[in-house]
Amino acid sequence: MLTVEEKHKIDHEISLVPSPKNACIEALKIVQQNHGWVSDESLQDVANYVGMSPAELDSVATFYNLIFRRPVGRHVILVCDSISCWVMGYEGIRDSLSEKLNIKYGQTTEDGRFTLLPNCCLGTCDRAPALMIDNDLYRDLTVEQLDEILEKYT
Amino acid sequence: MEKPLTQHIVPGRAPLSLKQYEQVGGYQSVRKILKEMAPADVQNLVKASDLRGRGGAGFNTGLKWSFVPMGSEAAKPKYLVANADEMEPGTFKDRVLLEGNPHQLIEGMIVAAYAIDASISYIFMRWAYKVAAREIMKAIDEAYEAGYLGENILGSGFSLDMHLHTGVGRYMCGEETALLNALEGKRANPRAKPPFPQVSGLFGKPTIVNNVETLCCLPHIINNGAEWFKGLSKTGDAGTKLYGISGRVKTPGCWELPMGTTIRELIEEHGGGMQDGYLFKGLLPGGASTDFLVEEHLDLPMDYTAIQAAGSRMGTGTMIILDDQTCPVGFVHNLQHFFAQESCGFCTPCREGLPWVEKILQAIDKGEGKPEHLLTLDFHTKYLGPGNTFCALAPGAMEPLQSALKYFREDFERHIHEHHCPWSKAKVWQPSI
Repeated sequence: MLTVEEKHKIDHEISLVPSPKNACIEALKIVQQNHGWVSDESLQDVANYVGMSPAELDSVATFYNLIFRRPVGRHVILVCDSISCWVMGYEGIRDSLSEKLNIKYGQTTEDGRFTLLPNCCLGTCDRAPALMIDNDLYRDLTVEQLDEILEKYT
Repeated sequence: MEKPLTQHIVPGRAPLSLKQYEQVGGYQSVRKILKEMAPADVQNLVKASDLRGRGGAGFNTGLKWSFVPMGSEAAKPKYLVANADEMEPGTFKDRVLLEGNPHQLIEGMIVAAYAIDASISYIFMRWAYKVAAREIMKAIDEAYEAGYLGENILGSGFSLDMHLHTGVGRYMCGEETALLNALEGKRANPRAKPPFPQVSGLFGKPTIVNNVETLCCLPHIINNGAEWFKGLSKTGDAGTKLYGISGRVKTPGCWELPMGTTIRELIEEHGGGMQDGYLFKGLLPGGASTDFLVEEHLDLPMDYTAIQAAGSRMGTGTMIILDDQTCPVGFVHNLQHFFAQESCGFCTPCREGLPWVEKILQAIDKGEGKPEHLLTLDFHTKYLGPGNTFCALAPGAMEPLQSALKYFREDFERHIHEHHCPWSKAKVWQPSI
């Protein structure tokens, strides 16, 4: 069930476009912001609300890298794996994170704190290697900084 | 040296508020066009300035606008979209403009919208630019409050709404017709052209999509004229350019410089030269989808014309350096992994060809390559080239591959003959863990 607040926000997005369907990505974003991901149930709810079939909406949802169709942890770590970060040696960062958190790409820590994902270029190539945790960007990274960064997220 | 686009950007300092921006001449171009110029005058001035699209394609901006139907018979509403998706690996120039001076972009968008008589505008920005999104939202609110956006701007009768749309991550969204599909809440597949977006774009209405840097040039062209803009350049391609360097140089970064600054000057004076212990081997001049250039090209001016004549493209003007301690096969493998992953899957050559290319590069990288693999890569550069795919993604992906096969073929062959990567093991690109 969509909450009253979610419906209110989705209604606003619908008001800006010719057809409710045109607001479907915004609606998915709104639901994901609330729940962290888009469950099958949420997908159905959004589909009904904007007048699409669940299959049609899922074809949109699964197209985009950052609509999560599986549960994620409280914080999502996105490690840039594109060219400049690779040239600058991002694998050390990736491997160290994987070891510290005891998870691989696509996995979530047992306590539900972190999910680790690879990500395309974050657009900060002059300060590679870089990663994002939730809305926060970290750059010019060294392995030594990781513990302090991870501690900020509970 | 004039740096019109970045003159008010100080790294680490908050961007100018609307009041501060007005004090340094901000929004003067809006006052000028609304008072003194007809939309056709703006189009002609920008056409005469030779401003070419800074997103990579380099098409004359005024000419692009001129395909939009004008007059009372034209379909309404018309749309202007700022392409702030910037997802080309190695590219980070628009971030500087978005975070550093959001009012300059808004001002440029008002000029562009007026020139094509658009009443609704969008900034399509990638999700990762969180700081930029916050600053742009703040600036849009200020601009509405000051009467630069909304109904009847400064009493002129011209009206414009502006919305920020943040994407949910997909390289395809940078392609202008795919971007329009994304804005409409669809999968970001590219559209067939014609009809061109200028005639039938967002929601089937006339639409112009311009890059952020392109739009940021406009206020300055309006204020100072076409000849001034052309005079900023060292070569025949007009204006300044935001150039960037990433990779193993001493001081990577982004700088606004005269168009046509040489590659050597960029690397040595602005990038500080190569880091100690690293030698220059090659570079991609303008993002992941441009052909490699090598030592012999270092004295070329970075502009559309000269780089194209050398067999590459200036693209976004943000270059990625390949150093001697980075394996060129791993470098290209990383790029092809990106393109294969980001292919929208709509047309067969791209959907099937890119993963094949990636797989072969992985085999070569791991020392499992066979001599015939090089021929397979060669034919992919033809079959995935221009004219064989629905959009420019796969041809773009082939640019670094075909030029790597040309300039670094020996390195590919060594991997195959020696059955391992001649660079250190740590330098084999492994997408997964």
